[in-house]
This record gives sequence, structure tokens and C-alpha cells, in this order.
Amino acid sequence: MNIETIAYILGGLTIGSALMVILSNHPMRSILYLVVTFFMISANYVLMNAQFLAIVNIIVYAGAIMVLFLFVLMMLNLSKDTEPKTSIAMKAAAVIAGGSLLVVFVAALSKGAHTAPGVSADSINNVGLVKVLGHELFTTYVLPFEISSVLFISAIVGAVLLAKREKQVLEQ
Amino acid sequence: MVLATIFESVSIQYYLVLSSILFVIGVVGVLIRKNAIIVLMCVELMLNAVNLLLVAFSTFFGQSDGQLFVFFIMVVAAAEATVGLSILVLIYRNTRSVDIGLFNKLKD
Repeated sequence: MNIETIAYILGGLTIGSALMVILSNHPMRSILYLVVTFFMISANYVLMNAQFLAIVNIIVYAGAIMVLFLFVLMMLNLSKDTEPKTSIAMKAAAVIAGGSLLVVFVAALSKGAHTAPGVSADSINNVGLVKVLGHELFTTYVLPFEISSVLFISAIVGAVLLAKREKQVLEQ
Repeated sequence: MVLATIFESVSIQYYLVLSSILFVIGVVGVLIRKNAIIVLMCVELMLNAVNLLLVAFSTFFGQSDGQLFVFFIMVVAAAEATVGLSILVLIYRNTRSVDIGLFNKLKD
């Protein structure tokens, strides 16, 4: 089993679980299939030696964002019966639109450069390690890094403000 | 064992096509489904497809810029999912439904 077989099997699993996300009737199953998709994408990152991003993908996406989706779903208490239905015509139109978009993407992108540029094996093996990424992040990209903390603060304040229940006025 | 780069066995075409397929699955999911939670999840799927392609090109060229951009995309996606879900909770509290077909008018 060489690396090419592993890559193709992984790609097939990723596409299969992504299809099950949009095709499941029950929203809970869609969320769980999306968690599986994120794990497959992290496996793709490991295959490309992007170690930091593989772990961060699992921790942030599958571990935090999907858990948030699950909490909200369980709080709303949806089931298969309350799932809104789309008409067949709308589904067909969406699939045709998506299919033509895919054809345009693949046709536009498949004529690019095929050979790898002459980079040293050392830099390819080092890109993706925490040390190299951390050095780049704190020297070249330090300004977006600090501004992303401001973004997080605003998202937290916004989420708390939006979802807070109003205080009930008590009659004396 | 030092991991040989994967682009000697599968070409960069493979990740171009895989990322395009995942992106189009996300687009079709946004168009087909009317449950607001599933629509938000398909947006996350589209963002992940772009992340995959950015990491592929970053490894292809041996530079770390693509992977750092993925880091910032994850930051923005986390903040956007948080605020989007809190808006969804607020809408559910007012109308008891998450069907986005009901929200196509700004008043009433």
C-alpha cells in the first residue's frame, strides 16, 4: 500500500462523508458526518506534513465549533419530522448549478503547472512544523495575529449580547 | 523516516480537484437545505475546502505563508460560527422555527 493508494482512499472517504452531510435527513447525523469530514481533512494535512494545522484543525473545528453546533442543535431539539423540505425542482436546479460550477473549476484548474518547483527537500519537510510556523507568525504576521485577538473579543461580546435573555420585570 | 513529499506520487492536480469537489458540495448544500444549522455547516465545509487547497499549495512551494493564512481563516470561521449560531438562537426564540424559507422578508 503505497502513499498514492492512501491518498486516493482518503480523498474518497472525504468526499463520501461530505456528501452524507448534505444528504442526511436528520440534522444530528449531518453534524456527525461533518465531524468525520473534518477528521479526514486533518488526515490529509498529516499526509502533507502539515502537523500543526492537522492538530489545530481537530481541536478547533471538530472539537470546538462542532460541539457548539451540537449544543445549539440539542437546545433547539429538532428531529426528522420538523426538517423543512425542498421541492424536487429546487434540488435539481441546485445540483445542475453545482455541477456546472465543478466543471468550470476543474476545466480552469487542470491546465496549470504539473511539475513541482525546485524547492529544497529541507524546506518542504520543515514547513508545517510548529517551530517554523511560529517563527513566521510572530515576525512577519504579528499584526494580523494581534488583530485576531480583537476579533475574538468582539465575537464573544456579540454572542453574549445577542443570546442573553431579557430580565423579566417582577410585579410587586 | 523523513516523509517524502506527497506531490511526487500524487500531483497537485489531485488536491485541486478534491478541494473543488468539496467546495461544490458545500455550495450545493447551501442551495438545497433549508435548515439554518445545515446551511451554516455547509459554509464551514466550503471554508475547509479552501483550507485544504491552501495547505496543499503551501507544501508544494515550500513556503509557510499558506499555512498561516489557514490559521487566520480558522480564527475567522470560529468567530463567525459563534455569532451566526447566537443569531440563530435568537431567531428560534422569536419564531420557534429554523426554516430559512420563512425569513425572506425583513418585516413581519
